Amino acid sequence: MDEPHVTRGFKGKRRNTKGKALPPGQHEAHDFPVLSAGPTPKIPLTKWEFVVDGLVSNPYKLSWEGFQALPAERFTVDIHCVTTWSKFDTPWRGVSVQTLIDKAGIQAEAKFVMAHCYGGYTTNLPLADLLDGKAFIGYEYGGFPLTPEHGGPARLVVPHLYFWKSAKWVNRLEFMAEDKAGFWESIGYHHYGDPWKEQRYEDD
Amino acid sequence: MKWKLTELINIREETPSIKSFTFKLPHDMRFFPGQHMDIRLRAEDGYEARRSYSIASDPSRVDQVELTIDLLPDGEVSGFLHEEARVGDLFEMRGPIGGYFIWKSHFKRPLFLVGGGSGLVPLMSILRTWEKGADKVPVHLLFSTKTQEDYLFYEELKAMESKEQRLTVTTTYTREAPIGWKGNIGRVNGSLLKQSLATISGKPLCYVCGSTALVEFVANELLEQGIEGAFIRTERYG
Repeated sequence: MDEPHVTRGFKGKRRNTKGKALPPGQHEAHDFPVLSAGPTPKIPLTKWEFVVDGLVSNPYKLSWEGFQALPAERFTVDIHCVTTWSKFDTPWRGVSVQTLIDKAGIQAEAKFVMAHCYGGYTTNLPLADLLDGKAFIGYEYGGFPLTPEHGGPARLVVPHLYFWKSAKWVNRLEFMAEDKAGFWESIGYHHYGDPWKEQRYEDD
Repeated sequence: MKWKLTELINIREETPSIKSFTFKLPHDMRFFPGQHMDIRLRAEDGYEARRSYSIASDPSRVDQVELTIDLLPDGEVSGFLHEEARVGDLFEMRGPIGGYFIWKSHFKRPLFLVGGGSGLVPLMSILRTWEKGADKVPVHLLFSTKTQEDYLFYEELKAMESKEQRLTVTTTYTREAPIGWKGNIGRVNGSLLKQSLATISGKPLCYVCGSTALVEFVANELLEQGIEGAFIRTERYG
């Protein structure tokens, strides 16, 4: 198809997004939809653990208390789901991935990260996309503990990429030299997922 | 993935708020039940809106695809399709999309399908595919509907159930049951899931689709009742 097709009679609702730009093909959601491929894991905080390993100088494992002891920050970010909803100004609190990286000391060969999760979900990211506060592990949303269906106790949040990269129930960041496909990336979704370039599916 | 121009060739009213739309595809398309299509509407000034909709049809027709779509309150795309679209209109679509909430006919586990409202759509694609296959695995469909009027694909399911020995359909009415109904009423609960699971011999592969509340409840309850997470596939609507 060469020319975009104009749909007969379609005008659109053109909802006011208060001057905020939406990535191509997205619309604004005011609720917070839930998308997950399987059941929501139940993780008691007493059993919760978070691992940083792979190509790092100082691999470590933290309990919930240990994680809470790390310096937390507030983040207000726009999020974009590949299923076409976007949500503006979502209020989070959590720990910058940079803080976790500083504690681990990453090796020079590390170029990619695999986020692993309770329930078996994985997603791959370039290391550069997690640095300098571009990504965080969120455990509060809107001033309350993050609920399980939205990824609680804690989820990775990488707001500049489609939201499947923001892995729910995250429990491990593995630093790697080579890129590997995560869960959705191995079944047809884009490896990087930039919403502004509309990288939804593998050949976009 | 490329957008392709498809022609709307049929509109069928299923319930007061749900219609099925059949599109003629420009090229043959193969898909698995459970997958969805993306549709894009464009205004003259370039404004566009797009949504994903589950495929309702089975893959035996490679030249057309049917989407069964719930009219959402203030829905931009569902509203246009329900109220403005006419047979003969052209629509940009791409797909099929989705690689996890899918069923392949060589999967040998018994099936436990749990749906609510329009969450029945991808499950119906599975059932229609299953019905046309050989060596049918046992299937139990547990369906939650508000009222009889809202019961999606009712006639087809009844006919399929009476024809197919290996299909069991369990219904629960959450708002108003038909007069004389002696079956289940109210939301899907733990004991209803347990009773349904008890009719299935062996560990089933479960597909759960509907509202977030239904899917969260059912998926958690299935875990409680001993089904492993790897065998519970979910799709949440809203």
